[in-house]
Amino acid sequence: MQQTVVFSRRKFLKTGTGVLVGSLAFSLGSVSTPAVGDTWKLSLESLDSDTGKALLKVARHIFPHDTLDDAVYALVVKDLDGAAADAAVAGMLSDGVAQLNDDAGGNWLEASDEDQLKLLTARADGPMFGKVKGTAVVSLYNNEMAWEHFGYEGASFDKGGYINRGFQDLEWLPQPSESASPPKA
Amino acid sequence: MATIDLNDDSAVVVIGSGAGGGTLANELCQKGIKTVLLEAGSMESTESFVNDEWAAFGQLSWLDMRTTSGDWRVAKDFPNLPAWICKTVGGSTTHWAGASLRIQEHEFKALTTYGEIEGATLMDWPIGLSDLEPYYAKAEDKMGVTRTNGIPGLPGNNNFMAMYAGATKLGYENCHTGNMAINSRPRNGRTSCQQLGFCFQGCKMGAKWSTLYTEIPDADATGNLDLRAGAQVLQLQHGDDGKVNGVLYADKDGNQSLQKARVVCVAGNSIETPRLLLNSASSMYSDGMANSSGQVGKNYMRHMTGSVYAAFDKPVRMWRGTTMAGIITDESKHDTSRGFAGGYEMETLSLGLPFMAAFLDPGAWGRDFTRKMDEYQNMAGMWLVGEDMPQESNAITLHESEKDAFGMPVPNVEFSDHPNDIAMREHAFTQGSEVYMAAGAKEAYRVPPYPSTHNLGTCRMSEKAADGVCNKWGQTHDIANLFISDGSQFTTGAAENPTLTIVSLAIRQADQIAKLMTEKSI
Repeated sequence: MQQTVVFSRRKFLKTGTGVLVGSLAFSLGSVSTPAVGDTWKLSLESLDSDTGKALLKVARHIFPHDTLDDAVYALVVKDLDGAAADAAVAGMLSDGVAQLNDDAGGNWLEASDEDQLKLLTARADGPMFGKVKGTAVVSLYNNEMAWEHFGYEGASFDKGGYINRGFQDLEWLPQPSESASPPKA
Repeated sequence: MATIDLNDDSAVVVIGSGAGGGTLANELCQKGIKTVLLEAGSMESTESFVNDEWAAFGQLSWLDMRTTSGDWRVAKDFPNLPAWICKTVGGSTTHWAGASLRIQEHEFKALTTYGEIEGATLMDWPIGLSDLEPYYAKAEDKMGVTRTNGIPGLPGNNNFMAMYAGATKLGYENCHTGNMAINSRPRNGRTSCQQLGFCFQGCKMGAKWSTLYTEIPDADATGNLDLRAGAQVLQLQHGDDGKVNGVLYADKDGNQSLQKARVVCVAGNSIETPRLLLNSASSMYSDGMANSSGQVGKNYMRHMTGSVYAAFDKPVRMWRGTTMAGIITDESKHDTSRGFAGGYEMETLSLGLPFMAAFLDPGAWGRDFTRKMDEYQNMAGMWLVGEDMPQESNAITLHESEKDAFGMPVPNVEFSDHPNDIAMREHAFTQGSEVYMAAGAKEAYRVPPYPSTHNLGTCRMSEKAADGVCNKWGQTHDIANLFISDGSQFTTGAAENPTLTIVSLAIRQADQIAKLMTEKSI
């Protein structure tokens, strides 16, 4: 099952055009999901690629950001795959996906988005849903691709903080009085 | 660093190196008193701090097993994380925002001012503002609090500008960049704030006061300090005379040692301090140490809190600059026409994207949640912090079955809001939302309380021994050479961020301990 995880957050930072670069893929079963303007691969160690693909879509339904690239949601799957090194977790996740497929009468991923959400919502109390949600609320928002997308700037120490980089650059609100907000040194 | 022998029974042992313990240890060392400072966490530094919310959370937080009960939402969303406090040298002074406010005169007299309130165990403190004023002055100087001692206020960031615009429109009169223990100018060998925006993650500039790089090195320079990091205290021990005489602790490798002591001062924060006293039960003290009143662990307070984040139609980028960048103090008065006793402060706060996802609406999912997250860079935010009612049923107790790595029962934190807390929060949510709507926000979000950062009152100070755990010096009523040296002492919570008061009490307590030692009464 050992696969090389071809993954580096920095490699996927956008180049200024909004296009993600690099490669991130589901290598098990050689699944690659087309991302915006590129393809990427995520190597899975424990989960099979069908489960991985379904979990990515589950994460998308739980935290839907329409213009956030699949590559970011793939980071959730990567962390779920890591947790699935524990066979009990792996079984729980694949059982949860199998349940969705049963509910869909075949392949949940082939249902319409609306039907997928309806079927998923009906299983929102289940352990797979809880695991994906609990993982995604951290993984989805704790990476530089997401920070770029949402406009968050991340670490500032190496750049000298914001004292000379716009910490008081709002021009559309009135300037506070000097007694309320003294000038910087 | 001094080396104090385990069998040296002339030393003072201080447990915990945060605002209370770190300050107390330094004050004692300055007076020539040999002090062993035991800290459960490890030593970090401005170099090892990281500008990364989750990484810093893992580096600094107290993550040992705890359980929760009661109707507070934290028990559901974060059942094993009742408090967001630290296990590291410097304690939660590595993580705190820096707000340094004095408790108001009337708040020391909570029972007299508010009167009896059903379900609340209000008491007057055995001290008043005048007792503490000289020590507040010393603490403000030590900590370099802005707008005291001629130190200018910090420059306000974008998040402050949003608060200020709304506050002004609403007619609030007291809105400014706060009294902060963050250098606005270089002072006492520490540089000034560079507006990094990572106050909660350990200040990499060292501009924010923390015992880690102020009190503790100052104490060390006296040659009287023996700091032991990675020392998890398990139990206090006593002699046949009932006096405490030693502290059992486990080092980072799990080896247990017994440090003899002349005096013991407990400053483990309001969860660990009562837990330690309860875990130190003996045949003489069957209900735990210093607990003849039955009040150890009771009256746990966490401040009435909540947050309001608001979305504007343009970027605010609230994360740029100090995390707590400004304050409105107008609502901190006691004015029952608002429908509750006591008051609250409104203080700007920002969370990075990772923590916003975790705390905006814990457990939520779907489009309503992501719609709000999509507004992240347009958000301004404030924290609401006010006096909560002490209640005997809100308490730290020992878990019946869960044990830590050393076999000691873990603490359970029980908390339920008092109706006064709920009424105050509703008012604060409304006013906080009004501030941002007045400034032109398109929508305001009410965010529930985070895991507790202000943990108070579980070994409260009282005039009479039957009513509390310690006297006005923090000396336990039952055991003369055992002191409570952290926020556990608070008789009531007051509206203000507690660190300045904890530091002031520690400076004052050091004077008293030195006096009693000189008199040989302890």
